[in-house]
Amino acid sequence: MKRSAVVRLYSLCKKETLQIVRDPSTLLITFLFPVVLLCVFGMGINLDSNVVRLGIVAHDTSPPARRLVETFRHNPSFEVIETARESELGDAVRAGRIQGFLVIRSDFSKRLVSPALTTPTLQIVTDGAEPNNANFVAAYAQGVIGAWSRQELARSGQPVPRTLTLETRSWFNPSSVSRNFLLPGSVTIIMTVVGALLTALVIAREWERGTMEALLAAGVTRYELILSKLIPYFVLGMLAFLVCVVMTHSVFDVPLRGSLWVLLLVGSAFLCSALGLGLLLSTVLRSQYNAAQAALNVAFLPALMLSGFVFEITSMPLPIRIVTSIIPARYFVSAMQTLFQAGDVWAVISRSLLGLTLASIGFIGLTLIKTRRHLA
Amino acid sequence: MNAPPIAASAVSFGNDPEANAGVVASTQGLCKAFDGALALNNLSVDIRAGLVTGLVGPDGAGKTTFLRILAGLVLRDAGTAQVLGHDPGKDVENLRDQLGYMPQKFGLYEDLTVSENLDLYADLKGLIGQERKTTFERLLQFTDLRRFTTRLAGNLSGGMKQKLGLACTLLGTPQLLLLDEPGVGVDPLSRRDLWQMVHNLVAEGRSVVWSTAYLDEAEACDRVILLNQGEVLFAGPPKDLHARVAGRVHLLKNAEQAPRVTLRMARRDPASMDGVVQGKKVRLIARQGAVLDPWQFGVDQSATLEATAPRFEDGFIDLLGGVTSAESALALSMPARSLDQTAVIETRGLTKKFGDFVAADSISISVRRGEVFGLLGPNGAGKSTTFKMLCGLLAPTAGEAEVAGVDLRRGRSAARQRLGYMAQKFSLYGHLSVGRNLEFFAGVYALSGEQKRKAIAQLVDIFEFAPYLNTAAGELPLGHKQRLALACAVLHGPEILFLDEPTSGVDPLTRREFWTHINGVVERGVTVLVTTHFMDEAEYCDRIALINRGKMVALGSPDELKARTANETNPDPTMEQAFIALVQEEP
Repeated sequence: MKRSAVVRLYSLCKKETLQIVRDPSTLLITFLFPVVLLCVFGMGINLDSNVVRLGIVAHDTSPPARRLVETFRHNPSFEVIETARESELGDAVRAGRIQGFLVIRSDFSKRLVSPALTTPTLQIVTDGAEPNNANFVAAYAQGVIGAWSRQELARSGQPVPRTLTLETRSWFNPSSVSRNFLLPGSVTIIMTVVGALLTALVIAREWERGTMEALLAAGVTRYELILSKLIPYFVLGMLAFLVCVVMTHSVFDVPLRGSLWVLLLVGSAFLCSALGLGLLLSTVLRSQYNAAQAALNVAFLPALMLSGFVFEITSMPLPIRIVTSIIPARYFVSAMQTLFQAGDVWAVISRSLLGLTLASIGFIGLTLIKTRRHLA
Repeated sequence: MNAPPIAASAVSFGNDPEANAGVVASTQGLCKAFDGALALNNLSVDIRAGLVTGLVGPDGAGKTTFLRILAGLVLRDAGTAQVLGHDPGKDVENLRDQLGYMPQKFGLYEDLTVSENLDLYADLKGLIGQERKTTFERLLQFTDLRRFTTRLAGNLSGGMKQKLGLACTLLGTPQLLLLDEPGVGVDPLSRRDLWQMVHNLVAEGRSVVWSTAYLDEAEACDRVILLNQGEVLFAGPPKDLHARVAGRVHLLKNAEQAPRVTLRMARRDPASMDGVVQGKKVRLIARQGAVLDPWQFGVDQSATLEATAPRFEDGFIDLLGGVTSAESALALSMPARSLDQTAVIETRGLTKKFGDFVAADSISISVRRGEVFGLLGPNGAGKSTTFKMLCGLLAPTAGEAEVAGVDLRRGRSAARQRLGYMAQKFSLYGHLSVGRNLEFFAGVYALSGEQKRKAIAQLVDIFEFAPYLNTAAGELPLGHKQRLALACAVLHGPEILFLDEPTSGVDPLTRREFWTHINGVVERGVTVLVTTHFMDEAEYCDRIALINRGKMVALGSPDELKARTANETNPDPTMEQAFIALVQEEP
């Protein structure tokens, strides 16, 4: 690289930095937006149900059935409302007064003691309109039933036949705090916004304000142009990333089980892909409005919906699962959640790094190809 | 600015500029099309060394495309081009150090300061060390921007921005400067400074191409290339163009009638090929070999005809074969109102403050029915603020204003129904067709049924929109866009028309057509308020309010303002000279 090219690149980066520093909206997006978003995910949105209001109809009044009801009553996760008629509880679910109810059939204890009959059944009815909640109610109830079964075993020495599939386990999030996987995932959203939305504006802005013409006339090469946009926004993006990591770890007490350098490595790889995507859109569309719209649709929304951050990728239909494999955010989400919850699991990290590196090379390479030295 | 006198240009005028000047750039058969539309058609021109070459023509003539091709920013479709010994299509790297190109929207970073902008472009041009220091010193001195080095470029006035743009272009001592419309949006005072700077550069031995849509700027150039619709109409010293119309340009003076009436009468004379209002006088060009006899066509017998020196625009009109005269059909379509001399716009102490900044300070004017009233002033003087208050787009901070009998403090929307507004920039719906735009605006002005249908049909007829009814407004040629904008402003037969630089950048033929309409509707009792930078437009006004730094510094007819600034050295100042003198009078 010639010395004059270094001077030019340095000067362009300096210009970009001054523009960033003087534009309050850029700084707000970089530093305030992560704080606000982390607070929303850390405090506002909570996928854990604290106290479930559960109705119980016990048609069976035998001691084991009573003990089951009492076990529910003593569990701090449940507030039990007991009635005699199922229809009342149906209404209560519809009205939202309770989140579900448990039905103990009249032959419950009989079936319990005589294995000749079919296994005893407990019915749990939940409000399917809120699937998340429904899952929690079912899972919690199963947990309580499991505890009751163990008590019965200890009491009589006889195993209780399986009433429901009880075995649930929460790996890597033993305390089942949703914040622990939400926060590392939400960093993806922040990095996408800082990386893709901000850079989507910067090249288009040069076109709209007519400064591109002057830069081209001054002999700026496309490498100088693209690098001068990448470098300052890379620094800005990594700063935002650090803010996120520090807040997630120290303010919200999310444990970081992986090593910091791997975290930074994965972060920079994702940032490069996001910056590349933003610059590509900006270069091709040449209009700030269009580029911002496009960035929202091809970067932000997929990062939110298809990255596995909010919705499980494994539960998506196959065609959508295939689509997610070309979304960089997906690799970043899995790497982040792994690094925070599990540690340096190289099987996951290396796959993510590969995906992110390919995406970065692809986007930045395309940007360079699409950057033209002529106006028309 | 204590700039040296414009001796440099006088010298080059004195010597024959053609004689010993080499060629710094030339093209042969240059063609360029965009999406099938020909922007440049077979352009073969030479640009001489050591001169100011004016690239003159209306908007859309191809000036910018031509300059961009010379600067290597746009590739040509056909033909050859040589700039300083290089082909700009191939060898642009070697050209860049010797060429200074200043785009129309100059690439200043508005969020960087003056010195940060200079630093950036100095780095880009590889200007370092002692050379950089001395260049900065020289340029800051030259542009008089030293006081503003720490100011953000976005906070500079239009004139200062252009000076900074020129300074950035001059970094690295280019031999040839290509300046794309440096005079746009610049008030006459700053424009004069820019011209002085350019003449000084030429005195240093550089070559300058200055493109402009202001035909009067052509007079200040050593040579002129006149472009129209992508073709060269004329190339040579401006005086050669004057020679075409020598002896055929006359001023019609001392008529009793209003100048616009005199113009209408005089243009009935088939011997006339062009006519414009110039203050109280009317400027007429006779056809080749014809003798003007305006008295025969209704002009006052008291009027006298006097030969005058031709201008560049006169020659341009002659090249185009003159302007066919027609009376304004638009005027005939408007309801006649009595010219009863009542005031339809009246303000007392109208004031607008933005924070501590007083944008308009106690403006008191009174505009009579059927008057063309002009608001003139340098950039940022407050004329747009005043204009926006009067048409109800901005609420005044203090003072009173009555427009069409409505107190603006109470009934701003009621007043708006009675006035028509034509913005300077294209402000119609570009994606809607011509017909849809007309229908939309008719709806906005609460026209419906038969009344709406008739109003639209009439305007389609007057402005000949029939072939364009289904064309998207954004795709119309510039002249038609302006016509459509005017049509949308007059759909509801308003009493008052607000026109914001209505003919800025349009070709002289369209401009004349516009003024025929404006003059026509004024005769029918419509009142017109115009803001303008264009001295030609100022000449059409009955009275002008000159606004500077928020205050009204002069009020009077164009002739009165000119007379006020006449002195021994300049007994007959032009409107532009009067403008500069009046603005500078201010302490």
